Amino acid sequence: MSIQPFNAANYVRRRTFSLIMDMICTLAAMLGLVLLALILFTLIQRGMAGFSLSVFTEPMRSQGGGLSNAIMGTLMQAGLGIAIGAPLGMAAGIYLAEVGRGSRFASVVRFVNDILLSAPSVLIGLFVYQIVVIPMGNFSGFAGAVALALLAMPVIARTTEDIVKLVPDSYREGSTALGARDSTTISRVVVPAAFGGILTGILLAVARISGETAPLLFTSFGNYGHASSMFEGGMASLPWAIYTYAKQPSNELNNLAWTGALVITVGVLLLNVLSRVSHYLVSRGRSQ
Amino acid sequence: MKFMKNQLRRTAVGAIAAIAALTSFGAVASADEITGAGATFPQPVYTRWAEQYAASNGDTLNYQGIGSGAGTTQIINRTVDFGASDAPVAPERLASNNLLQFPAVIGAVVVSVNIAGVNGNDLHLTGPVVADIYLGRIRMWNDRRIAALNPGVTLPAVAIAPVYRADSSGTTSIFTSYLGAVSLAFQTTIGAGSSVSWRAGIGAPGNAGVAGAIRNTNGAIGYVEYAYATENNMATPQLQNRSGAWVRPNSAAFAAAAATANWASAPNMAASMINTAGQANWPIVSATYILLPKNPTDGARSLKVMRFFDWAFNNGQPAADQLHYIMLPESVRAQVRQRWCQVRSNGQPVWSGCH
Amino acid sequence: MSVSSSVDFENSRKFHLGEGIFRTILLFSALVILITLGAILTILFLSGQHAFARYGVQFLWLDQWDPVRDVYGAAAPVVGTLASSAIALAIAWPLGFGVAYFLTESCPRRLRAPLGIAVELLAAIPSIVYGMWGFFVFAPVMSSAIQPWLTANAWLFWIIVAALVGISLSSMTLATLGRSIFGRIVAGAILILALAGIVYLAVNRTDLPVLPSELNPLWWWFQGAPVGVGLLSAGVVLAIMILPFIAATSRDVLNTTPQLLKEGGYAMGATRWEVVTGVVIPAVRGSLFGAVFLGLGRALGETMAVVFVIGNANRLPDSFFAPTTSISALIANTFPEAGPDTMLQASLFALGFILFVVSFFVLALARLMLRQGRMA
Repeated sequence: MSIQPFNAANYVRRRTFSLIMDMICTLAAMLGLVLLALILFTLIQRGMAGFSLSVFTEPMRSQGGGLSNAIMGTLMQAGLGIAIGAPLGMAAGIYLAEVGRGSRFASVVRFVNDILLSAPSVLIGLFVYQIVVIPMGNFSGFAGAVALALLAMPVIARTTEDIVKLVPDSYREGSTALGARDSTTISRVVVPAAFGGILTGILLAVARISGETAPLLFTSFGNYGHASSMFEGGMASLPWAIYTYAKQPSNELNNLAWTGALVITVGVLLLNVLSRVSHYLVSRGRSQ
Repeated sequence: MKFMKNQLRRTAVGAIAAIAALTSFGAVASADEITGAGATFPQPVYTRWAEQYAASNGDTLNYQGIGSGAGTTQIINRTVDFGASDAPVAPERLASNNLLQFPAVIGAVVVSVNIAGVNGNDLHLTGPVVADIYLGRIRMWNDRRIAALNPGVTLPAVAIAPVYRADSSGTTSIFTSYLGAVSLAFQTTIGAGSSVSWRAGIGAPGNAGVAGAIRNTNGAIGYVEYAYATENNMATPQLQNRSGAWVRPNSAAFAAAAATANWASAPNMAASMINTAGQANWPIVSATYILLPKNPTDGARSLKVMRFFDWAFNNGQPAADQLHYIMLPESVRAQVRQRWCQVRSNGQPVWSGCH
Repeated sequence: MSVSSSVDFENSRKFHLGEGIFRTILLFSALVILITLGAILTILFLSGQHAFARYGVQFLWLDQWDPVRDVYGAAAPVVGTLASSAIALAIAWPLGFGVAYFLTESCPRRLRAPLGIAVELLAAIPSIVYGMWGFFVFAPVMSSAIQPWLTANAWLFWIIVAALVGISLSSMTLATLGRSIFGRIVAGAILILALAGIVYLAVNRTDLPVLPSELNPLWWWFQGAPVGVGLLSAGVVLAIMILPFIAATSRDVLNTTPQLLKEGGYAMGATRWEVVTGVVIPAVRGSLFGAVFLGLGRALGETMAVVFVIGNANRLPDSFFAPTTSISALIANTFPEAGPDTMLQASLFALGFILFVVSFFVLALARLMLRQGRMA
């Protein structure tokens, strides 16, 4: 390519082209953002139509009623799911960042974890149906929690690894220099230093799993009332209730489905905001 | 900073404790309940009965309309206390899985349409025309064959969108049995079953899903249990019955068809009421069935199921009327109670009315 | 001296029980991740093996799903899954890139952070919300406005396709043959052909003289009852669902380009678009594809956004508007009533296995591309 002298006319043409492409991209961005805003608008508008206190206090009924059993079911299943998934995910994340750092085994685990992170959630439901529901002989909130745990685990493993890696090596060196074993260094120095970040990951995982519907269809199944047990019989969940009510031929129940969708979306977004705030506070604290 | 971190940690520990408390609370909450699953076709009336029963007796019933196919599977696996199916289960399958089958209530399937300007029972359709719509042979609402049946109605040049059940369902079984009975082409190319290979249209889950899809789709036609159509004020065309008469879907027409059933000679009480002869008879009427294990592991739970249906047989009329279901004739109810004696636990009949 | 004497150097090198347990627990947890993936694959395959054994590879192109005759083939759900995801990608890719470009380049600096966070938050909305919106809001609009318009104006779509194909083919020719006389002649010929096609389509808008419109492939793609749900609706709803996801990942990727490189470009007198296409994109091309493939992975396995709007018809789609089904939607609808040890259940597991393998490869590819970009 030869060096050409500056060509003013050519430059104007290039500037114009760049501006046009700028505008096209801005338009695309506007279109995308407007579409998403439209969905949020519909969600709020229709969700508020069926909103009342009884949504939180009354269980589901054939007419009227609320969603209290579904909200309760989601809290219990997501809670137990996190209780199972978080320790496993945290331990795996710590392994990847500390013990196995740089090893071939760790890179395989990391790769597989990244795939599990976005694996089709309906298949997790099928898998748990075969390994939990069939052996136990019935649908249960526990089976739902196991499915959610399998979804939460990779999220937590990933965020834990990322955050633990950020802990400066000087911390580890200092601890080791004082004669601490690796286990002590990790549990007393590294993990506490990264705790805020790990918590952020857990909050994100809660947000991710509490909105999941597909993996619960064949595991916790659903229930119009409060489940009598976590281990026997179906249990309601908010996404399942939304799915069920959205299919009903009644405006009242459709509105309740929208209300449920609003509740779950607000919950999920709040968790996301909370995790950001905690992340911000912790990282600001560290830099000081 | 340190304070912050401790605060976070304390919050986390608190959250985990709260979750644990919630979880254990769930394990002891709520007393005994009986669980049933299956047909969505009688779901409105079962749910209404359950609410009234809980109010008067305190026992709760958790009924889930998951489709007849799924309900049958669930009771075979004994994961529920009773199963419910619209289509009677094959006698061999009942025997091999040790199940008792009895009818609970009678209901009707109606055709429902969403055409601008067509309301109530305005539209007239015959079975073969409906079959051809579902075969994809009639595609527009202004088709000559539909127009010929409806001289007074202006039909738009709108494409027909047939809606069917995406899940396996007794409603589909009843409807396809009817279409198979009136159209040889339907019988040979698609056949009757609780889930079939449709040649045209869109699938929606559950009676409710079908009704919802009809409501949302211009030019749609679908089949739903009558309660779903009335609750939703849907247009329900008149059908020509076996005797050549035009009938509007209503409780009287359903009752007329129900009266022709021959209960005495039907094995497992599976009396057919589809495409019956009679001037006033609605052609798509069927009983819906309950499945109980004959050898329950917990006889007390089966007894609770029987008590519930006994209560419903005695007190269920108002709810059934309101939702346009037909109660079983009194003689049939007595026959059902006799059959309950076949359910035995430790060699003894579970039901109290046995001698 | 007193400090070091309290450290037992001898002991610290020996095996320590607590240390061993600690490491075992960590290693076990890492293994759980591998085991989970392996177990999912194994369980899905074993549970579906009766279907594989009965049909063999034929399972993939058998286009019947007939519970009455107990015949199940994967063609319709597989094609429906791939086609709806392809449509979603065709819409979400350019839009997502537009959003990412806007957020990194042309957006006022004050707005970048808040808008960026908004996009990331939107990616967290549960997918069932998109499904409900598709069913209650989008499908009626699709049925009453978009679909009739598209059916009447199919020629416009094909004109756009002809223009895009003409431009990209001719620029590819120029890129491969260089700007020689020969290259220019071929590229010009392609452009003229495309132009001729456009003129032809514009003149014969509603039907081609040669064929009645129902038989013409250019038109039958836009035929069908305007029911509002079907392949295209599923594609659009999926596109909206994966849009924030692709946008957020693409933005992160674009942000990884060192500022120094960009400034170098500007110093050379390049315009903003030239800097992005000439400096930024070549540096992160792999990762950009990775971001899009991650979105594709999501679309392939999505259940709730699809089940409301795809029409749940177990048939191969014969137009953009035709109701069809996807693997995940079919599983969600049919699995509850599939009894154990039935061919139906085996076929559903076999479909699940196929979906898992396909998304495994898509996601693996995405991760490899993203990783490559990170190293470069």
